[in-house]
Amino acid sequence: MNSIIKNTFSAATILGIFSLLGLGLTSFTFHKTETKIQENERLALLTNLKAVIPESLYDNDIVNDTLEVTDLNQDSTKPAVIYRARKKGEPVAAIMTVVTPFGYSGNITLLVAVKTDGTLTGVRTIAHRETPGLGDKIEIERSDWISSFDGKSLDNPSDTQWAVKRDSGYFDQLTGATITPRAVVGAVKNALLYFKHNQARIFSTTESTPEGGN
Amino acid sequence: MFSEYSKIVKDGLWLNNQAFVALLGLCPLLAVSNTVINGLGLGLATTMTLVFSNTIISLIRNFVPDEVRLPVFVLVIASVVTMIELAMNAWFFGLYKILGIFIPLIVTNCSIIGRAEAYASKQRADKAFLDGLSMGLGFTFALVTLGSLREVIGSGTLFTKAELMFGEAATTWQIDVITDYSGMLLAILPPGAFIGLGLLIALKNIIDTKIKQRKPAHIQIPIQAAQEQ
Repeated sequence: MNSIIKNTFSAATILGIFSLLGLGLTSFTFHKTETKIQENERLALLTNLKAVIPESLYDNDIVNDTLEVTDLNQDSTKPAVIYRARKKGEPVAAIMTVVTPFGYSGNITLLVAVKTDGTLTGVRTIAHRETPGLGDKIEIERSDWISSFDGKSLDNPSDTQWAVKRDSGYFDQLTGATITPRAVVGAVKNALLYFKHNQARIFSTTESTPEGGN
Repeated sequence: MFSEYSKIVKDGLWLNNQAFVALLGLCPLLAVSNTVINGLGLGLATTMTLVFSNTIISLIRNFVPDEVRLPVFVLVIASVVTMIELAMNAWFFGLYKILGIFIPLIVTNCSIIGRAEAYASKQRADKAFLDGLSMGLGFTFALVTLGSLREVIGSGTLFTKAELMFGEAATTWQIDVITDYSGMLLAILPPGAFIGLGLLIALKNIIDTKIKQRKPAHIQIPIQAAQEQ
């Protein structure tokens, strides 16, 4: 009887020691890599932001000048991040993280950059699960379709033209994929409308959340 | 002594290949084998895990009571994988983003706990190390072969996005095997992975049969030659 207790106890102790060792080693690695990982994420975000808005347009730290809103995306209550570009303190443009659930499979996440006069400086797809070879042409690496939004605004093309050609609109659809570009065009239009109606609120400095950005 | 080591290497790379023969770790094998670089990335991460977990488990095998050996093995493997995941996130960020969930999922690759339980927990550390290395490289070989097959048939390229692994200098490494190729969706999607793996296993079996047939033939030739004279 005694030996059973003794065995159980020593087995438990050994298991405990290994848990602590594993924990110690992983937390050591975590601390060693933490700053590097944060830096990677910041750089990746900055690369994405640079793709939608030329660096010459702003002089603030856009990665950290963010605002979180909950009413930007349809069918999503998750807060959406808006990066605010300013030059000499004056608002220049807003880069909105737009999520649309109307893709062919799952959510499509876009970065939509709009200048204060309502024109788009650029749109990029940053995450999606569309069909490879068809719907994935919304990535800039695969096709320049996404740059057809450059310089567009709510008046150019006109309101009814903010659709894909299949829906008698202005924008091309992709070969073999209509649902995907339809979702993207709809999401960009929605973001433009949101920007038009909430511009003052987006740029109000009082709602600044400096700790955001991830 | 030497033959024992060479047997470990042969087993890992070919005779007991974890993907083609043991059919272990199919989930990552089928999911990330859509390009050569993705396959190579996950293959090397798996190899590192196998080398570390096998060596550590062999070193501690005499201190761990039988009753708790499996939880201890799982702990060791999970710690190793978490450390590799963090390291990849820090130094191979682009690749980490693409492989995503499949790096932490290396923990659940049955071939790792399989080698720990079947081999490393019973053998000396040097052999366990070599076993981990060979099994891992065998798995990488499978991933890269299937990856190149699917990449060529699916997109007509090879080594696309090599810069994710080898840095900026590798941006030009992409080879357009078939130019102006519209792509074949089936090869890129999951069913293509199953079909590709099936074909590769069939090919391996053909090669093995050929090798077997040739061996007795070698012995017969001198006898026939002698009769003719």
